[in-house]
Amino acid sequence: MIDTVELAAKTPDQPQPWGELGLKQDEYQRIRDILGRRPTNAELAMYSVMWSEHCSYKSSKVHLRQFGEKAPQSDALLVGIGQNAGVVDIGHGYAVTFKIESHNHPSYVEPYQGAATGVGGIVRDILAMGARPVAVMDSLRFGPLDADDTHRVLPGVVAGVGGYGNCLGLPNIGGEVVFDPSYAANPLVNALCVGVMKHEDIHLANATGVGNKVVLFGARTGGDGIGGASILASESFDDSKPSKRPAVQVGDPFMEKVLIECCLELFEAQVVEAIQDLGAAGISCATSELASNGDGGMYVQLEKVLLRDPSLTPGEIMMSESQERMMGIVTPENLDAFLAITTRWDVETAVIGEVTGTGRLIIDWHGETIADVDPRTVAHDGPVYERPYARPDWQDSLQADGPGELPRPGTGDELRGTLLRLLASPNLASKAWITDQYDRYVLGNTVLAQPEDAGVLRIDESTGLGVAIATDGNGRYAKLDPYTGAQLALAEAYRNVATTGATPLAVTDGLNFGSPEDPAVMWQFAEAIRGLADGCQALGTPVTGGNVSLYNQTGDAAILPTAIVGVLGVLDDVARRTPQGFREPGQVIYLLGETRDEFGGSEWAWAEHGHLGGRPPSVDLAAERELAEILVNASRDGLIDAAHDLSDGGLAVALVESVLRHGVGARVWVPDGLDPFVFLFSESQARAIVAVPRSEEVRFTDMCSARRFAHQRIGVVDDGGVLDLQGQFSVPVDDLRTAHESTLSSAFDA
Amino acid sequence: MRVGVVTFPGSLDDRDAARAVRVAGGEAVSLWHGDADLHGVDAVVLPGGFSYGDYLRCGAIARFAPVMEPLVDAARGGLPVLGICNGFQVLCESHLLPGALIRNDHRKFVCRDQPLRVESTATAWTSGYAAGQEIVIPLKNGEGGYVADERTLDELEGEGRVVVRYAGDNPNGSYRDIAGVTNARGNVVGLMPHPEHAVEALTGPTTDGLGFFTSVLEGLVRS
Repeated sequence: MIDTVELAAKTPDQPQPWGELGLKQDEYQRIRDILGRRPTNAELAMYSVMWSEHCSYKSSKVHLRQFGEKAPQSDALLVGIGQNAGVVDIGHGYAVTFKIESHNHPSYVEPYQGAATGVGGIVRDILAMGARPVAVMDSLRFGPLDADDTHRVLPGVVAGVGGYGNCLGLPNIGGEVVFDPSYAANPLVNALCVGVMKHEDIHLANATGVGNKVVLFGARTGGDGIGGASILASESFDDSKPSKRPAVQVGDPFMEKVLIECCLELFEAQVVEAIQDLGAAGISCATSELASNGDGGMYVQLEKVLLRDPSLTPGEIMMSESQERMMGIVTPENLDAFLAITTRWDVETAVIGEVTGTGRLIIDWHGETIADVDPRTVAHDGPVYERPYARPDWQDSLQADGPGELPRPGTGDELRGTLLRLLASPNLASKAWITDQYDRYVLGNTVLAQPEDAGVLRIDESTGLGVAIATDGNGRYAKLDPYTGAQLALAEAYRNVATTGATPLAVTDGLNFGSPEDPAVMWQFAEAIRGLADGCQALGTPVTGGNVSLYNQTGDAAILPTAIVGVLGVLDDVARRTPQGFREPGQVIYLLGETRDEFGGSEWAWAEHGHLGGRPPSVDLAAERELAEILVNASRDGLIDAAHDLSDGGLAVALVESVLRHGVGARVWVPDGLDPFVFLFSESQARAIVAVPRSEEVRFTDMCSARRFAHQRIGVVDDGGVLDLQGQFSVPVDDLRTAHESTLSSAFDA
Repeated sequence: MRVGVVTFPGSLDDRDAARAVRVAGGEAVSLWHGDADLHGVDAVVLPGGFSYGDYLRCGAIARFAPVMEPLVDAARGGLPVLGICNGFQVLCESHLLPGALIRNDHRKFVCRDQPLRVESTATAWTSGYAAGQEIVIPLKNGEGGYVADERTLDELEGEGRVVVRYAGDNPNGSYRDIAGVTNARGNVVGLMPHPEHAVEALTGPTTDGLGFFTSVLEGLVRS
């Protein structure tokens, strides 16, 4: 028997499975208070998914507010936090929308589908803004490279990201991959999508206009992903519970590709008022968000939803997370034109309801009312928790355990051996085995892609206007000091964008942490947000949107606090972008920025000694700004031919990457007064290396001097096929390549 | 000269192919899978992608699209047709070209800048290259292994119908390193690598792919 509003009013004491749906006792009581009766099963389903951590941000909301409160003044921001994705003005009438989103728990349960639908979900968010999706990036974290489970999870995740993105025709232009024991059983899969539109084509997902039709189109609704949002994303994995495998959604990239073209044609023909994608919480989320962001009322006849599985109950239909579905708001006059376009693309469409002025979201099932709620209470008035947080008692001892006592290589031979081992270590080794499975060419506008510091896309063929995007996030730094760690992630992504010659404009963030019910984790989270918000203010780059993923932990062990930061920048003309690789023999190599003895949280300490302790490198955002201006101006004035930012592994690793790109050689010398080991491997921030044509050397050094920015001539590009660190060691470039490129292929192709 | 570019549901490189036609100096004309009319174009490109999601088998559903009826007839009559990647698969499924394309031997999708050797310049799409010329253009596929029976392979070799071959490492297990083949008449060419991604120095690894498009345009001007 169907549970109706009428029945619910008559049977207040009927037991309900609120616990199984992830609600706490007081949350369930609050739903009863809001409704003045017990919820129907369909209402309970709606509230439970929309009030889950994943959808409601109930533990993170109070902290996330800082991104708005501390947002720097920016003329570039057209749409801020709160919509499907933020929108940034890049000039010439173009707007760019970008956002990062996590799909961590599903990717552990079912790596291929979890990762694939992670890409699919963020692409639909971008599409819903009215933009054409033009590229994706992926930020991945796995357990140790040699762990058995990594060999189950990683190939599946990579095949899923590639299988979905490639089939969608979106170039994958960058991202990162990091291995750490804390991510074993808690892999992170964060996908970023960027889209482009003209200013006038921006669409907000609001259901306005009483009498307008509510249309569901795309794939049919099935039984996949039911309760995924509330059950999968809100609990840690625990062996005592049954397998949750069926809760992961299954993706169909072909359907999504057709849906993209269909939606863009609907927007272009101006026959749709708003489009909202169906992601977590499916129809519950789309109807309640559209209604509460618009005129406030909606009437839905749920039996009109086209089903893949006719046995689904109304509650399951409300919760289903079947992929590749969109909800549109269409005026009655435009309905025929709308249907003509969906028919042309063979996209199944059902008119399921209309916008009302009642302030209520009313859902009928074959003539009986199964839900009658104020949509605001579902979408926006969920519980908000001020979770207790406290600096963990181990933080002091962790910071006290610095890397100062670790034995350092002294001789040239020892430095050479250290370099070759670091190049082959999982975190620094070439990721080509992964990125060669992604199409970086499709759409024909990719100017730079991995392993470059940032992905660069041409947006407008006539002017050369383009954007650069980079993602970064170092969990080890953040473990040592979450406030600083989050700023270091921001600084690195900002620097990577500037390295290509782009001016950084805006930020998206993927915040991945352990359980918010652990005060230590909650402290890491609060500190990271405070650091990121302060950092964005200092750099003048507002946060435009992002994602929070909590409960990434096994038992008491949380993942490294991992704030992944994506920075978007603009280039007036992509033809002047600065690539990473050295190419021209005779060009002079300069090191920009100050090198200090900073090894806390470094890749050297970790890969060579398994050590994590001390303080992360210090942050100097003013220096980052200055360095970015130098790199952007040098690109604009044609003063440099190559640039590479310095980060994990320090100068040595950056030099090798720049040499390997085109197989040239280089002679490098240690500047006076610097210890060779510190020079090669320190992870001091706000640094980059550049290759300067001799004809521009004076202009370039004059510019650095005028800005009082440290710059040292440290070497010369040559065609000798050898990296020669004068007075210390030399290594043939072929040996560097073998060390750098063998690790992943021998791990996964064996 | 007007070069048609067919869009099937799931075509991905159709805009890239149209751009390559324009960069080469031609006019690109969009053709729709459901429209059984070539609209008087002088040549046709079947672009890369995953037509119909590559469900069932790559190219197996696209060959039944309405646009393929006039296309197959025109190709038999000498119309220059270039199938790239998924387009190559469609041409094989349509029996305009012999052989088939199967899953890469290493079972992964591969995207890389691929060195190739141009083996035959006696086709509508390669007349502008020098025989034996080495070029580098992007390759990106999951099912790019070219297979045919021994007799067919010997025939292709004997008649000079292997158009391009992989130089260096074979990226997908293709028999005899074959990257592209042509029909007996030389007007229909199937190619696994993507010349449309190597037509601009800004976005391609080289501009080596442009020759496929200039070849056909120059041939059309001459005739």
